[in-house]
Amino acid sequence: MSIRLKALLKSPWVFHLCSGSCNNCDIEILDCLTPRYDIERFGMVLVGSARHADVLLCTGIVNKQGVSRIKRVYHQTPKPCLVVAVGNCSCSQERFRGSYSAAKPLDQVIPVDVYIPGCPPKPEAIIMGVVKLIEKVKNTK
Amino acid sequence: MKILFNFLIIPGFLFTTVIGLFACWIDRKVSARVQWRYGPPWYQPFVDIIKLTGKETILPSTASKFTFLAAPVVGLAGITLVSTLLWLMNCNHNTGFMGDILVIIYLLTIPSISVILGGFASGNPLASLGASREMKLILSYELPFILAILVPIIKSGGMIRIGELLAFQAANGIFVGSISGFIALVVGIITMQAKLALVPFDMAEAETELIGGAIIEYSGTPLAVYKMTRASMLFTVPIFFVIIFMGGITLSFPSIIWGILKYVLLLVIIILIKNTNPRLRIDQAVKLFWGPVTWMASLAVILAFLGL
Repeated sequence: MSIRLKALLKSPWVFHLCSGSCNNCDIEILDCLTPRYDIERFGMVLVGSARHADVLLCTGIVNKQGVSRIKRVYHQTPKPCLVVAVGNCSCSQERFRGSYSAAKPLDQVIPVDVYIPGCPPKPEAIIMGVVKLIEKVKNTK
Repeated sequence: MKILFNFLIIPGFLFTTVIGLFACWIDRKVSARVQWRYGPPWYQPFVDIIKLTGKETILPSTASKFTFLAAPVVGLAGITLVSTLLWLMNCNHNTGFMGDILVIIYLLTIPSISVILGGFASGNPLASLGASREMKLILSYELPFILAILVPIIKSGGMIRIGELLAFQAANGIFVGSISGFIALVVGIITMQAKLALVPFDMAEAETELIGGAIIEYSGTPLAVYKMTRASMLFTVPIFFVIIFMGGITLSFPSIIWGILKYVLLLVIIILIKNTNPRLRIDQAVKLFWGPVTWMASLAVILAFLGL
């Protein structure tokens, strides 16, 4: 594994991409930054611009207006970048499947690396998901 | 050859960046402890830089490409030059030239100017908003900054060479020991906060409203250069104040600890101001700098003329 990839796993900067979520998952993501969980220990920082990001945390059902924008944000993110689907909605659209505004599940819009189910997932589950993501990248390359 | 060595290795680029990144870690760690968190490990800023050099560099289609890529390099070159000059003059009081303190005052604005250039060149509306805020901020803090620098010059009887200022302090006691020097240093710390773009004055790159401000479009290596510039400034600007107000850093064994303590004191003051203040609006910042801070600086200058 190259040193740059190792560095990527040691400092994944997270961009928070919300497309039609009920705000529950977003609050749980912010909980990860609080003193109780403190993900800055692992070098994770929440960044404001997709250009600075390494990991896209996507929440919410992908609604019809969101599809093109999610694609655009994914293309704006410099590669290598990883995508995490947080919450039941973005994993499978759950109870909103077939709704008038829901377009299609997230993994049919952009490639997803890790799914974190839960409504909303606990902060522990989100951290566990990111750890699994890091393990996955370590094993594949 | 020697000039190149000084500029690129010690005390220039390599030395400044490494110590600056370490200062960055102190910043993040102390912030974390203030917020009752554990904080990142000591190698975190270095890992961030290595990671950023491995990422893709995206050029926005609306950007002016040459200026966009050149701006961070200009900033880093400027701050490296300041650091090189300061350390050479600190180690040997005879290096330097007539009026080098003025040159350093000018060079210290180059990183801010590079932020403005990069922000406007990226063609992003939020970036140009951030760049215009940075411009207003420079206009507001330069006047009290120069007034504060004027105090040591007046007290030493019109010396504008840093080596002479250091020799004067070694002979007659450091400037911060007098009333005017102390007020000037307080003004200096406030303007330093604005120069480093730390929290009460970070409206140019406000993460929450301008999502990164002037650096919003940067990715990959240019972003790494930008972060290195910030880190070098976190090292160099406090050192400048240590040199002109606190007698510099002597490089012999027992006194070097005292010198490092002076730097760490200034650094921790900056970090604590950063962690205990909310961000000001740009109009509030301009009012603050042209109002109370300039009055304080003028008072210090008057006291210095009276010999206090």
